Amino acid sequence: MSKHRIVLEPGSADRHYWRDLWTYRGLFGFLAWRDILVRYKQTAIGIAWSVLRPLLTLGTMAFLGWLFESQVPGDVPRLLLVAAATLPWTFFSTAFSEASNSLISNSNLLTKVYFPRMIVPASTIIVCLIDFVIALALVLALMVIYRFVPDARLLLLPAFLLLALVAALGSGLLIAALNVKYRDFRYIVPFIVQFGLYVSPVAFTSSDIRDSARIPDAVKWLYELNPMVGVIDGFRWCLLGGRTELHAQGFLLSGAVSVLLLLIGILYFRKTERGFADVI
Amino acid sequence: MAAPIITVEQLGKRFMLRHQQQERYTALRDVMANRVKGLFQRKAQESIEEFRALDDVSFTVNAGDRVGIIGRNGAGKSTLLKILSRITPPSSGRVTIDGRVASLLEVGTGFHPELTGRENIFLNGAILGMSRAEIASKFDEIVAFAEVEQFLDTPVKRYSSGMYVRLAFAVAAHLEPEILVVDEVLAVGDADFQRKCLGKMREISTGAGRTILFVSHNMGAIRAFCDRCVLLDRGRLRADGPTEKVLPLYFGLAKNAEHKGIKVTATPMDPSGEWVAGSAMAIEIHWEPGRYAPGWHADIACYTMEGQKLFALQSHTMRQFDSSAGASRGVRFEVVNPGLIDHDVRLDIGLKPNAYVPYDTLIENALQLTPGNKGHEENRLADVILVPQATCTALHA
Repeated sequence: MSKHRIVLEPGSADRHYWRDLWTYRGLFGFLAWRDILVRYKQTAIGIAWSVLRPLLTLGTMAFLGWLFESQVPGDVPRLLLVAAATLPWTFFSTAFSEASNSLISNSNLLTKVYFPRMIVPASTIIVCLIDFVIALALVLALMVIYRFVPDARLLLLPAFLLLALVAALGSGLLIAALNVKYRDFRYIVPFIVQFGLYVSPVAFTSSDIRDSARIPDAVKWLYELNPMVGVIDGFRWCLLGGRTELHAQGFLLSGAVSVLLLLIGILYFRKTERGFADVI
Repeated sequence: MAAPIITVEQLGKRFMLRHQQQERYTALRDVMANRVKGLFQRKAQESIEEFRALDDVSFTVNAGDRVGIIGRNGAGKSTLLKILSRITPPSSGRVTIDGRVASLLEVGTGFHPELTGRENIFLNGAILGMSRAEIASKFDEIVAFAEVEQFLDTPVKRYSSGMYVRLAFAVAAHLEPEILVVDEVLAVGDADFQRKCLGKMREISTGAGRTILFVSHNMGAIRAFCDRCVLLDRGRLRADGPTEKVLPLYFGLAKNAEHKGIKVTATPMDPSGEWVAGSAMAIEIHWEPGRYAPGWHADIACYTMEGQKLFALQSHTMRQFDSSAGASRGVRFEVVNPGLIDHDVRLDIGLKPNAYVPYDTLIENALQLTPGNKGHEENRLADVILVPQATCTALHA
């Protein structure tokens, strides 16, 4: 009997939180499954949106890069260079914004049933992974069209995807928890996503920044604080067979920011989680 | 004696209420000025009041108990259930629970309107804490209970509300936790379905020895289902004991405290002396002799607990009423078809000297009755009341 003993007291965090999270893994899958099922209901072209959206972003970004004469290394087609960056960026931006709003859009669940709340933002990110897989297939198709052969670095892709997940989950958890109390974040999130696109190497490359004569060297590290810099550089590096550089210092700094975000996100989420039902 | 499965010790839950101080006139200019001021000084405009939704509540529940949690609106029943089901944390005190808790605080939590009945069964089951295998093994039972075989692949947004409720309850009824927490969910659905649900809950409790906490305003259901009741009143524990001992206290709570020296009684007029569905009833209003002059108007209105009016009677509009008699000490109404069937009702009483003035004495909730459902099946049609047939006589000293 004592196996399921629960003690509810003010202020005490649940001792079995992570065990509970595991017990509720079924729900995690079901919520993701629900979001996928519901996603394209009553749309005319349905799942095709998953293909169309990344293609539109890709086209726009490639055009911008061409317009601003961003450097293309060696024999890499510009479209492929941009595609390798659009892939993780789209994943991050949708995962981040969906996760940020997930608690509010599921408020009816939060006030009526108990489960570890982390399941909600985490399951929305899983849904975005599906889109990621579709977009990845598109990038691979593009490689076939350009007869571009990647090398063994491709095998490291999951590691960089994990880093993207860390960044999306960390920032998503943090903003989702803040959003419960301060709805201001509902308006801040689209802004962060829009702004993020300008400071992330999607239309351009990190080399453009590092080689730029107009930006003082002393402040170039600021650029590397963006967690997506490390992720995008990593994606390009392993998808394009090392033709773009993976700047070690920049990558580590950016990766460290991602991990830090995840820690802060989890801590803040755990701290506020029990009161969600009272304030949402 | 078995160890308690739930122990609640000095449980409390506080909420902070913000009150905005209101000005007598509202002008856009002031509103804008206040907004700007508010940006810099927020606290000055507001006063904060503490509200105790639960205050020092302690009780224990043993395994296999069927406990009713009753109280008027705002007594703290739902807050208590929310704490027990871990949705919200307590502000003070402690709860120890030895077992898995499943809570049904709302019918169809997490139902998605776009998904089909089949999909929602799985989704809702998962939300309530069932595993996929568990749901799959009970799927047919759930569908049969809900009687929606035909519509399994229809999105639930096209369901009638009755079907929706049946499906939602069916999923919840097939949960198998050690402790089931149920909040006022039977209020929806028709009488047959309510009976079916109560039957299912009884089966869960006696068959499998599960503990059930049940909140309802339907005292018929509480009486039929719970062996024990916990009575809450404005956040405090008022009584805890066998249902038949606690229920009168609940009705006592609802009575107007003073009653202003006026006694109200309601008695069944069935030969058996019991409340039988469809039977006539007598309502007497007594006051000290001479308190009101003869010819005063006495009005009564009878409502269900849900606020639906069953009938209303005015003494002066009733032919038989003789107002000319001497020192009066009351009136007696006899209602042939009060339509009291298995719902709790309350009586409001008003007294006034003539038809053109407001009530001199108005007692809302003067009396509450739970007639029970004896003979219900035979008197189905009596459910529908068109015109109350009643007589009214003056009582003399």
